[in-house]
Amino acid sequence: MTTSQSQAPAVAPVAAARGIVPFEGFARYAPHLADPVTKRRRKLAASLEEAVRRSGLESGMTISFHHAFREGDKTINTVVDLLAGLGLRNLTLASSSLLSCNAPLIEHIRSGVISRIYTSGMRGKLADALSHGLMDEPVQIHSHGGRVHLMDSGELKVDVAFLGASAADEFGNANGTGGRSRCGSLGYAMVDADRANYVIVLAEDLVAFPCAPASIRQDQVDCVVKVDQIGDPSKISVGAARITSNPRELLIARYAADVLEHAGYFKDGFSIQTGSGASATAVTRFMEDRMRKAGIRAAFALGGITGSIVDLHKKGLIDKIIDTQSFDADAAESLRSNPGHIEISTNLYANPTSKAAYVDQMDMVILSALEIDLDFNVNVITGSDGVMRGASGGHSDVAAGANLSVVVAPLIRSRIPTVCEKVTTVVTPGECVGVLVTDHGIAVNPRRPDVAGKLKAAGLPLLSIEELHARAVAITGTPAPIAFTDRVVGLVRFRDGSLIDVIRQVAG
Amino acid sequence: MTKKLRRSMLFLPGANAAMLSTAFVFRPDSIMFDLEDAVSLREKDTARLLVFHTLRLPMYSDIEKVVRINPLSTPFGQADLEAAVRGGADVIRLPKTDCAEDVHELEAAVEAIERSCGRSVGSTQLMAAIESASGVVNAVAIAKASPRLIGIALAGFDYVMDMQTERGDGTELFYARCAVLHAARAAGIDAFDVVYGNVNDDEGFLKEVDLIKRLGFNGKSLINPRQIELLHRAYAPTEEDVDHAHRVIAAAEDAERRGLGVIALNGKMIDAPVIAHAERVLQRAAASGVSV
Amino acid sequence: MNIAKESIAGTLESNDLLVKVSPSLDASLEVHVISEVMYQFGAQIEATVHDELDRLGVKSGVVIIEDKGALDCTIRARVEAAILRSSGAEIDWSRLS
Repeated sequence: MTTSQSQAPAVAPVAAARGIVPFEGFARYAPHLADPVTKRRRKLAASLEEAVRRSGLESGMTISFHHAFREGDKTINTVVDLLAGLGLRNLTLASSSLLSCNAPLIEHIRSGVISRIYTSGMRGKLADALSHGLMDEPVQIHSHGGRVHLMDSGELKVDVAFLGASAADEFGNANGTGGRSRCGSLGYAMVDADRANYVIVLAEDLVAFPCAPASIRQDQVDCVVKVDQIGDPSKISVGAARITSNPRELLIARYAADVLEHAGYFKDGFSIQTGSGASATAVTRFMEDRMRKAGIRAAFALGGITGSIVDLHKKGLIDKIIDTQSFDADAAESLRSNPGHIEISTNLYANPTSKAAYVDQMDMVILSALEIDLDFNVNVITGSDGVMRGASGGHSDVAAGANLSVVVAPLIRSRIPTVCEKVTTVVTPGECVGVLVTDHGIAVNPRRPDVAGKLKAAGLPLLSIEELHARAVAITGTPAPIAFTDRVVGLVRFRDGSLIDVIRQVAG
Repeated sequence: MTKKLRRSMLFLPGANAAMLSTAFVFRPDSIMFDLEDAVSLREKDTARLLVFHTLRLPMYSDIEKVVRINPLSTPFGQADLEAAVRGGADVIRLPKTDCAEDVHELEAAVEAIERSCGRSVGSTQLMAAIESASGVVNAVAIAKASPRLIGIALAGFDYVMDMQTERGDGTELFYARCAVLHAARAAGIDAFDVVYGNVNDDEGFLKEVDLIKRLGFNGKSLINPRQIELLHRAYAPTEEDVDHAHRVIAAAEDAERRGLGVIALNGKMIDAPVIAHAERVLQRAAASGVSV
Repeated sequence: MNIAKESIAGTLESNDLLVKVSPSLDASLEVHVISEVMYQFGAQIEATVHDELDRLGVKSGVVIIEDKGALDCTIRARVEAAILRSSGAEIDWSRLS
């Protein structure tokens, strides 16, 4: 103490002349260091409410969340309930996505707590209410990569991020692979941790410092609060745990595996994303046989990761797993225990304006579709009744980056043809889609004569998409067009932020 | 004109609307709509109507359609037959065929319906399923009972019960398989093997397929669409088989062009059965996607 | 053919439908359709049901359809089955063709 005081006379004039602050004690600009308890515990808030107060959150600001727990999320609803109780209003909700479990948000939208939404998708009652005009402002629908782009471009400025983590320490080092409720990768949350003005980590298990690995780092986090439960990992699972026994899904999967094998990219060191769902899981299993037969291995698998991908990795057929979202408990466990299973942010995964995205290295991807039209445009957001019930997700990101996008879907669901003249909503433009695989046959986009030639040479049952459409309509009859009002309820942003389509309110 | 290829005959329960609406996508060689064992007593009437309307779906127009009716001795058999013949079934499958008279009775009933609905007489083909010891003993007479018959099938479940045994490694079916197969070949018609019940046991299924293929069966009845591709792959000729068949056909054509009575390939004489076999190999190869 | 008593045919499984028929109190013919593809196919389903009732010569009754995405051929088969069960009559195949 005395030492510093004694230097003061010598320093003061020079400091003043040069505009440098003079030294005033070691804790002058880091006062928490003066007290041994505060030094370590200063970031811990006693309650979520205190965390909110510390953040300075005000009405009209933007809050963000990740959706790694999918239908098991217990963070979004809890936080918004609290904010409503605190009297906050007119908030912009920027969750990486929303699901059926978020139906309680309807009340908060109705009462004006939330007045704007950015999300990748929505389901269930919330989606239904928004489709019928619940909110004055249209919902902004973005892709996973597009969300990061919107943040970097300055359009989406997050004031406070509420990031659930299964394990965190008192400084905010956090992950989704430790603790009790493990969601696996925190790929979405990593982006918010990096970009939000104020970052609150909601920790289910507060573990001893240092919490490692730190998916979210202490130098990104402002505040840590212990909560009872951030989510229920048993409700994450979107992948089929066992191979489907549905013969139609198996047929589609077999055709898809045929396409992957013969389209020209099935070479040692290839890369693949298969996504979730029954057919996708089955494709993965079929790929195993074919890779063994051909004696080749994949360099990496990307994306939402399921147990079936982990299985191929363990068998030595996939070298690295690059994981931005873990789709089931097997994937989450593998991320925890497997050095070749790597967690990445959605910025690394798919942001078109990041310095490099993994999707740009993708050879082949299996994608789903609610509808696909004669120009191969794909809709994954609105049902054919015009109501929002899906998610943009990584669909357009991977389709744009991959060498070959293969869309798999049954030609008819219930009585609704999947192939239609014009999709209700364009999420991924036809120029990014290579092949459509249905249970009735395979159609190659005319933009890809190279692929068509290879598949034809392999003896696959190729049809034109017009033929598939005619076949579907011959079976189902022509669906009556959906009536919409003029009111816009959703804006579909392409991954680069441009507006690719609008969703209107369903009439009646 | 080559003979119709019948490796796979997929059973569809007649009361299952979802299966009937979609099963054509699986592309078996034949589809059999079942009105008999797969349909409960209280749904016999509705299944019959579902099958009647399904037979007329354009999507089934290029697949051979077989309808398994209830025996004519039951209250359902005649109405089933009306629905099948009028609906446009290609083939009627008669269950529990014990003797040639069963086929004659069916033939007369079919002809009466054909006349009444204006379908050309003789256009409805028949197949007989043999499910008892008497049926096996009478197999030759059954197989030769009608020019409408395209094949006979062994049905294992009832047969082993009649024999007071149960399904096992195939020993219990050995005589019946051989008897049915010989009867079919002597009559110049197709022979179909029993269903394989455990749809989750691919290995056991393929073992049985290997056996019946080596015995000489044309194909097999299937209860799960998944088994179609397994069966077709197992029945696919090897590339060497295909290559040899090509050379046999080429030698035969060459001999015919040159007006030779005797055909030879690599110094070996080729006769008509060898040529017929080569044609069958090429047909199976084409249907299996083996390069020809 | 007459709707003589309450009858049911079909199931609520996907691609199927449940048809309930009952006699009408005032000799009118009422058809009610609910369907999981109501927006796109409700009108077509109703037209198919009416056409089928015409073929069978049904003049009165209450017909309630609960549809799970059935194709037209299934709708026809289920309506016929329900009416046949209700009337107790034998099938006149020539009418169905």
